[in-house]
Amino acid sequence: MLHSTVQASHHDADHGHEKGAMAITGFWIYLMTDCLIFATLFATFGVLSHATAGGPTAGSLFDLNYVGLETLLLLLSSFTFGLAISGLSNEKKTSVIFWLFVTFLLGASFIWMEIHEFVHLIAENAGPDRSAFLSAYFGLVGTHGIHVTLGLLWLAVIIHQVLHFGLDATIQRRLACLSLFWHFLDLVWVCVFSIVYLGGVL
Amino acid sequence: MHKDASPATGHGVGRCIIGFGLSLVLTVLAFWSVMGHVVPHDMIMPAVIFFGVAQLLVQLYYFMHLGLAPEQRENTVYLILTVTLIVIIVGLSLWVMHNADVNMMPRSMSVMDAVHRE
Repeated sequence: MLHSTVQASHHDADHGHEKGAMAITGFWIYLMTDCLIFATLFATFGVLSHATAGGPTAGSLFDLNYVGLETLLLLLSSFTFGLAISGLSNEKKTSVIFWLFVTFLLGASFIWMEIHEFVHLIAENAGPDRSAFLSAYFGLVGTHGIHVTLGLLWLAVIIHQVLHFGLDATIQRRLACLSLFWHFLDLVWVCVFSIVYLGGVL
Repeated sequence: MHKDASPATGHGVGRCIIGFGLSLVLTVLAFWSVMGHVVPHDMIMPAVIFFGVAQLLVQLYYFMHLGLAPEQRENTVYLILTVTLIVIIVGLSLWVMHNADVNMMPRSMSVMDAVHRE
């Protein structure tokens, strides 16, 4: 009797484990499809990067110091998210909330810098309507920016949920998914600064 | 649910710091190879791509906990399949469009062809 109960509860735990892992794998598959969206945008940018229609080129538009600072903000936010997740195993709710909040601030600063950059470009008559190169640039970098903005919204929601529900299994699973999403956006940004900005000014 | 139910939970702060340190170094190296005026010009883009790919691998391993352990293998396989698709999509797009550009744009018409056209 005791034996079977232990077996049953063990089975339940295994089942829960599998369900959580399956949810993560499902989310991972979504991220892979998102990868394909970015791949097509990168392909478009690659084809059109020299089609400036007599307008400004990448070399004359982009300030690498500014991009470097944006990169640093996003990389730091990825790091602080990692710290928030590390706090998870110790069930330290306050430390999780603190690091998620720091991540939010860093992500928001990144978006603020990006919007500032876009406004600056459009004011210099280098908006998305200027040339095929700039259309592809705004399409690619803008799509990444929208992803980060939605990530910020998701962060705000999850901070609220951790505050109200604590760190139960469901919240942990959601945090794991959001962490993958946030790190994924940093991966895409590595490709953006390597190809669009560093490759562009050469 | 176990604490280590997902590959993204329950890992140490140390792993995080190593990942961040390596990413930071690779980012600085990538920017430096463009802004430092030290690397020979035709080696700059290969260097940037090398540091970029290295950083992608570092972050996948240290931040996203991808690896070859049994519970991570499935996600790694999906990633490899996706990377194959990306290489096909991006590589073939660039190749096809480059050839179309070289062979089909009016500027590639020879002078004789242009004269006979008039």
